[in-house]
Order: sequence, then structure tokens, then C-alpha cells
Amino acid sequence: MADHDNYTRTRWLAPAFVVAALALLPVAAHWTGQTYYQVIGTRIMVFALAAAGLNLILGFGALVSMGHALYLGVGAYSVAILSHYGVSSGWIHLATALAISTACAFVIGAVCLRATGVAFIMITLAFAQMFYFLAIGLRAFGGDEGLQISLRSRFGPLDLSDATTLYYVAFAVLMLTLVAMHRLVHARFGLLLRGVKNNERRMRALGFPVRRYQLVAYVLSALVCTMAGLLLANLTRFASPSYMAWNVSGELIVLVILGGLGTVIGPVVGAGVWIVLEETLTSFGLGLPNDGDAWMREHWLGFLGLLIVWVALSMRSGLYGSLVRRRGGTER
Amino acid sequence: MKLERIRPTVAAALLSLCLGSALAQAPAPIRIGFLATFSGALAPLGRDQYDAFMLAVEQRGGRLGGVQVQVLKEDDQFKPEVGTQLVQKLIERDNVPIITGITGSNVLMAIAKPIAEKQVFLISTNAGPSPLAGAQCSPYQFVASWQADVIAEVVGKYAADKGYKRVALMAPNYQGGKDILAGFKRLFKGEIVGEIYTPLQQLDFSAELAQVTASKPDALFAFYPGAGGVGFVRQYQQAGLLKTLPLLTTGIIDGTTLPALRESALGIVAGHVWGPDLDNTANRQFVQAFEARYDRIPSNFAAQAYDGALLLDSAISTVKGNLSDKIAFAAALKSADFKSIRGKFQFGRNNFPVQDLFIFEAVKDAKGRMTMKSIAAPLKNHADMYAAQCLMK
Amino acid sequence: MTWALLATQLLNGLQLGVLLFLLSAGLTLVLGIMNFVNLAHGSLYMMGAYFAAALYGRTESFLLAAIGALAGTLALGATLERLVISKLYQRDHLDQVMATSGLILVLNEVVRIVWGVSPMFIGLPEALRKTVTVMGFQYPAYRFLVIAVGLLMGAGLYLLIHRTVVGMLIRAGASNAPMVSALGVNIGRINALVFAAGAGLAGVAGAMAAPIFSVQPGMGESVLIQVLVVIVTGGVGSVRGAFYAALIVGVVDTIGRVLLPSLLGQLFESSVAQAAGPALGSILIYLMMAVVLAVRPKGLFPVKHG
Repeated sequence: MADHDNYTRTRWLAPAFVVAALALLPVAAHWTGQTYYQVIGTRIMVFALAAAGLNLILGFGALVSMGHALYLGVGAYSVAILSHYGVSSGWIHLATALAISTACAFVIGAVCLRATGVAFIMITLAFAQMFYFLAIGLRAFGGDEGLQISLRSRFGPLDLSDATTLYYVAFAVLMLTLVAMHRLVHARFGLLLRGVKNNERRMRALGFPVRRYQLVAYVLSALVCTMAGLLLANLTRFASPSYMAWNVSGELIVLVILGGLGTVIGPVVGAGVWIVLEETLTSFGLGLPNDGDAWMREHWLGFLGLLIVWVALSMRSGLYGSLVRRRGGTER
Repeated sequence: MKLERIRPTVAAALLSLCLGSALAQAPAPIRIGFLATFSGALAPLGRDQYDAFMLAVEQRGGRLGGVQVQVLKEDDQFKPEVGTQLVQKLIERDNVPIITGITGSNVLMAIAKPIAEKQVFLISTNAGPSPLAGAQCSPYQFVASWQADVIAEVVGKYAADKGYKRVALMAPNYQGGKDILAGFKRLFKGEIVGEIYTPLQQLDFSAELAQVTASKPDALFAFYPGAGGVGFVRQYQQAGLLKTLPLLTTGIIDGTTLPALRESALGIVAGHVWGPDLDNTANRQFVQAFEARYDRIPSNFAAQAYDGALLLDSAISTVKGNLSDKIAFAAALKSADFKSIRGKFQFGRNNFPVQDLFIFEAVKDAKGRMTMKSIAAPLKNHADMYAAQCLMK
Repeated sequence: MTWALLATQLLNGLQLGVLLFLLSAGLTLVLGIMNFVNLAHGSLYMMGAYFAAALYGRTESFLLAAIGALAGTLALGATLERLVISKLYQRDHLDQVMATSGLILVLNEVVRIVWGVSPMFIGLPEALRKTVTVMGFQYPAYRFLVIAVGLLMGAGLYLLIHRTVVGMLIRAGASNAPMVSALGVNIGRINALVFAAGAGLAGVAGAMAAPIFSVQPGMGESVLIQVLVVIVTGGVGSVRGAFYAALIVGVVDTIGRVLLPSLLGQLFESSVAQAAGPALGSILIYLMMAVVLAVRPKGLFPVKHG
């Protein structure tokens, strides 16, 4: 109940820091000659974007979708299949991906929203599984071995095959999405959504078309994930059914919760922390005796798990949420 | 964490210095990226590959081809997107000239082009998908293990030689499964009484086994990698089929699954490129050394990786540790001038192996452990069928 | 397809259903009665399988292994409940999702550290390694044991929950915990009991499944999805629902897999049928769940809460 107040007060310091860090990362990377960190940064932003999309319905709307990874797949496969046929125009990639996603999300959302609670979660999962097995069955497009992408998206002068261009395009898309989301949650639409999260019965009694708003929110969140999928395909130059596996959907949920439900920049923090942790835990070098370093690196997933449990137990509002709360915001 | 970043930079600086004056000085350590699957269901494969590779390196005092090597171990978690990211890390941050390992075909398909474009050498010691054997072959890309279809082709030939007239087929419903069954049918000339593709991730095969027995074939050919395979054999034995229906397999029985299956695997036939009892000196020494070091019988995955290390050993030695002349190094790799533990080994023009293929039976060895015994060698100097589509010389 | 084959496949389907029920019973209990989303249920199943395999390795007795698995997972469940789970009862479902996801990772690594990454061996008692002739087909004797254990467990659970004082306390605690507490019952202990029981059930399922499937790290994850489908189809929290839903899912899945390729083969050419059949087979249970939920959103046998 209390976290809905976090975003009524905009605390600019923390988000500004995150934005600035992301903006300056490529500069630092090039300056030190470690361009690999630019790749990590792009990956963080791609998953931050996907998590931000999910956050719209999960964090603000309390709709737990275990099937959002399927939109990542739609975005990625749109690029891959079009590229397979020689189309390199990013605009066509984007338009196709968004069109397919809108159609799918409308249908899937309409069906899923008829259910509530655990049933809703399971139906979204079911749809994701269907798409996953469909992609594996697409022998013409690589099946389970995935599809290589030879032609990456070109948006006019911006060619996403250049790593730095891709980074800043992802950055721009992420920033624009976050700003749009910020506007949305403070607008009537967002307030309605949060009202439904708090007390659906009351909203219905007040005469609001709850289902319609939820459906629109679902479609919007799907479109954001689709864009993330398009960027992911350009980053990895590959589309694979594994992008739509159910554990990816699960990871997106964890990213959103980790960052803090119901905050706009929470997903970015969640994605950033997760991926940075993954990097540091697998490159661990504390100089422990007896090959201790290698042992910790090998079992890094276990340590990640312990960390997640600890965050879940000790931080009620996720990482960013707790951070923001400690800065002494008032709670109405 | 700072130390981790200084070392690579220092090593890179040293390497460039040395390459600049590549004369009588001892060459700087060669960094080799070892990218394999160390978590998830395929973890035993990656672990065997790594253990065998490091055994070869240790036997040579931390060197390959007379040059110190630094092996950077990375886990792709069987995910192509993780594989591509790690490849970028290995190439851009760690400046490796060679990447080896590669457990899964899906990862290999994702990383093949990015690696070749950066002119880094890729030596796969397990995955061998068909597109890379055909039109997508590359002078920087070598598969030292086998092309995916051939281990099924050898079983098809064996079934034909054995005189089986009616054979049923089973595999999981994905590209790899379909390719394997296609490979079997290529060389088997009898009647296929049923071709069953089971849904992916399905673990209970009772229904399909009942179906197969109803069609009364002479033998069943099955392919089930990973967890499915162990369950498949257990269920086959529990249904009493081991006694009545010969089971021909590939990808089910190997050094990583036999310890879990024990007697339930007795009598099962498998096709592969290597077995612990292959009769040559190099192999006997390898098996002995591996067992002494790791206290288990090596699997074919270990053998393939060990051969990969021997290949690198010979190639690096040929170019005297100077990897800057890529054409020379590629030629050295292609010549495959080493004593393979598989006996005969050479590369075809698509940089995939031309090798003998064998049939094994699961038996108990003198110490009571389960192992594979070679019972036939139906295909000699066998090349894969995709070589013609490769346009390299 | 002969009648004998069809009957055998039905038996296969029922057997698969009972196995699914074994797996689902524990989770529906925890989810329905304590309203706790325990994604680590699959990992508890895995621990049961590993305890059984490890004990079998020491004692060569399947009975001891199964009992040990039950005891081990009961203890593990109770420990986890005290350390982690009990702190999350009042929290949002999503926090529970995150915490139990973390537990999945931790338990997987524990298993890899203690027992290694390769599959483990487990055997069967001599008497059960045989086959029984059913309608002209050889049927594994062990599967009958699985069916027996599953049916026993179903009956036992039903009796426990609906016919004993403890069961009444559990149901009361689920309806109105403060009231039960005010009446002098230690609600904390009840919750611990339920969670441990859920873990124990998962452990028994693991021990029973171990000789049929592969005992290896991560074996719980693929099972988790099927379990969730069964539970939701049957109605969350309803043991009866889980039982019937499991049987239905088992039979539909098995018969579907077997009949679909030939059915499709009548309508389309064989290569299409061959590809489409198993693909449809993979999603069959999801389609079925979606249909059930469309008609009855709370599942087939929903629990009526006060």
C-alpha cells in the first residue's frame, strides 16, 4: 500500500545519476579501450526496457504476466525473418514487429484478462509456451537452433550494426519510454490503473471500464517488450526460441520486483544490478586461497540465489524502492 | 576486482610487444577462450570437455605447442545470447586469438559468424551443426568432433549390415532430432515402421514405447540427449524391452550417462566416433591418464576435447607460437598433423573431420564399471554429406 | 490402433496422471491453504529424488531410500519454513515469487556441490524390476507401485484434511488465522506443519519418480510447469481438484500424443502431420487448461472459502 507514494514525489537525484551513468558509459569505455563494457551496457538497457514494459502492468497494475518474454521473441524474430529475406530497413522491422505484437497482445490480453489471480498468471504462461514451441517448430527459420541475423536494422543514417550507435539508440528508446511511462502513470490512465490495483471492486462500482483500461495497458506493455526484442536481436545478431522460454518471463518478473514495484526507474535499477552481478560473480577475483575464486565463480548462481532471497526478505520495496524510501520521503 | 583488469591489460601490452619483435624471444602466453556449457542439463558434457582439455595442457606443463597458454573458462548456460555476449567479452576484453569448447549447436550457430568476422579461430570440440559444414564453412572455423548426422549414419549402416529389415525410430521433436533420424535413414535401406517425434521436454515415454512394440519392429533406433535419455533407457528396461527388442542408439549412452544407468544399459548399442577401448597408443595413454587424474572413465566429449587440445598443440608448434600470421595458422590447423586418439584423423575441405566411425555396446569392464566396447567399424574415412556445399578449397 | 493398445495407452495415461497428482498434491496444499506461492516446490521434488538416490547408494534398499527421502524433505521443508518462508506470509505474492526463485537457484547449486553435475544412479527392488502382462502388453511392475502410492496419498490427504482435528485446524487457519490464534492454537506451528507436509509430499514424489526419470540438477523445473497447469485446472487449494485434474491431464496428454499424429495424418500429408503432431502435443495441456479456465475460471473443483 505504501509504495504507491514513491512516484508522486519525483526524486531526481537517484534517477539522474542512473541516466548520467548510462549516458557516459560509452565514453568511458572508449577512453579506456574496454569496448566490451559498452556491450554490457546495451544488454542492461535492453532488459531494463523489457522490465519497464512489464512494470506497467505488473508494478502499477498488479497483473502478473508470466508470458511477456513472448513479445521479446516477436520483436527478435521480426528482425531475423525480415533480415533473412533481405530487408534491412529498421523502420520496416519496427513496424512489422509492433503490428504483430499489437494484434497478438489484443487477442491474448482479451483472453487472459477474463481470468484473475493465479489463473491469469497461468494463462499468460500458456500462451508464452505456445509461442515458444511454435518457434521451435519453425524449421525454415532455424527451429531450436535459432536464426542468424545478417542484416541489422537501419534507421535512416543510424545503422545498428555499429555498437555505439546501437547503444545510444537503445538509450534513447529507454529514456523516451521511461518519460512516457512517467507521464502515463501520473495521467488519468495511470491513476485509474493504480486505482484498480488498490481496489478493483471500488473502481468498477464507480463505473470505470476496468477491463478496457487493463487491456490497453497490457498492449502497451507488450509493445515496449517488442521494442526491447528488436534491440536484443540487433545486439546478439541472433533470434532464438530460448528468448521466449518461461524462465525468461520469470527473470523479467524478478527484475521488476528487484528494482522496486511501482517506480518508473526501478526496472532500470533491477536490470542493471542483475546483469552487473552476473558479470562480477562470474569474473570474481578476490584472491581467495585454494582456488576459492574459481569455486565461487563456478557456483555463482547459488550466490545470486542467496542474494535474491536476502533482498526479498529484507527489502520490502525492492532495491530502488528501499533506497528512495530511506531518503526520507513522506508517505501519505 | 582491479587486479583482474590490470592483468589482461598487461598481458595484452606484453603480447603486442612480443609480436612486434617476433624473433628468438619466448612468445607471450596464448590466451584461449574455453566456452562451454557448465550449468544446466548439459553440464556433464562441458565439464568433461574442460577436464580433458586441461589434462592435455597440464601434461605439457601448461603449454600447447611449446607455448604457455592461459585458458579462460566461460559458461554459456546453453543460451545463445549468453554465448554471444561471452564471445564478445573474450574477443574484445581478453583479446583471445582462439576460442574452443562449444557444447551446444544453438550456441555455435549464434557465435560462428561473429567469431569468423573478427578473424578469431574457432575450434569446436562438440557441436557440429550442418549449416556450418556446408554453405557457412569458414577458414577460421574447425570442428574437431563430428558433424551431427554422422553418428546416426553409422548406426544406419550397422543396422543394414546386421540385416534388420524393419526398424522404428524415435527422437525428440526439434531440429537436431530430425537431422539424426534423417542421418539414420540415409544409410539404412530397410523398412521404417514408425517415425515418432516426441514433444520436447517430455520425460515419460511409456505411451510411445507401447506404440513401438505394437508395430513389432526388428529394432528401435532412438536419440535422446540429456535427461530424456537416462529416463528413456530406464523405462525401456523396466518395460522389459531390453530382452526382446534390440535398442540402437546415439547420443544416449556415453561416459556421462552410463554411471547413472548401470545394468539397465547392458546390451544397448550406440554409434560414435570414439570409445575408451580404441586400439592405439595415444588412446590408451589418454584413458589411463584421465582415469588417474579424474577417477572416472572419459566420455567421448572428453576424448573430443583432448583431441582438440592435441590439434592446437600441433598447430601452435608448427607456427612456433606466432599466431599473427593467420593464414599460416589456419593451414597448420587444417593439416591436422597430430596423433589423434581416434586413430586416423584429417579435415575435409569444410574443416569438418573425415574419420572412422564405430559401433559400441554397453558392457561391464573388468572392474565392474559400465563402459563401451567397440563391436564394429562400419564406416571408414567417412566424410559428412554437406562438404560439397562448402565452397572453400 | 487395436483395442488392446488403446487400453494400454489409457493405463499409461492414468499412471502419468497419478504421478502428476503426487507432484501436485504438495503444492496445491501450500498454495491453497497458506496462500503461499512456492516456486521452489520443484526443487523440493528434486531434493527428494536426490535423498532417495543417495540413500539407495548407501543401503541398496529402495524402501529405506523412499523413507529417507520423506524424512529428509520433511526436515528440509521445516527448516526452510522457519528461516525463509515464515517471514513472507504477510507479504505480496510477488515477493514470495522472488524469494522462492532465489531458493531454486540455491538448491540447484547445493545439489551440484554435494552430488556433482552428472545424473545419479538409483535402482529398484528385485521384485519390481519385472513386468506384468496386461492385455498382451508387458507393463512395468514398478508403475503399479507408483499408482498405489499415489492413490494412497490422495486418500490419506483427503482423510487428513477433512476428517481429522488437525485437518480442521489447518482449514480454520486458512480461513481466519487471527481467530484461530485467539482461540489458543499455535498458528505458527500449523503453518510450519502444512509447509513441511507439502515438502514431504514433494519429496515422496521425487523418490517415486527417481527410478523412472533422470536424477540430475534442475530436474524440478520442467516438472514445475506441469504441476502449475494441473493445479490451476483443478482449482487452487483443492486436493480433489488436483487429483481429477491430474488424471485428466495425464490421459489427455498421453492419448493426444498417441492419436494426434495419426489423426493429422488422415487430414494432411505425412510430413506435415509428423511435424504438427508433436508440436500440438507439446501445447495440448496448455490448450486444455485455457479451455477449462475460459469456462470455469476458478478451476474444475474450486475450494469454497468462507
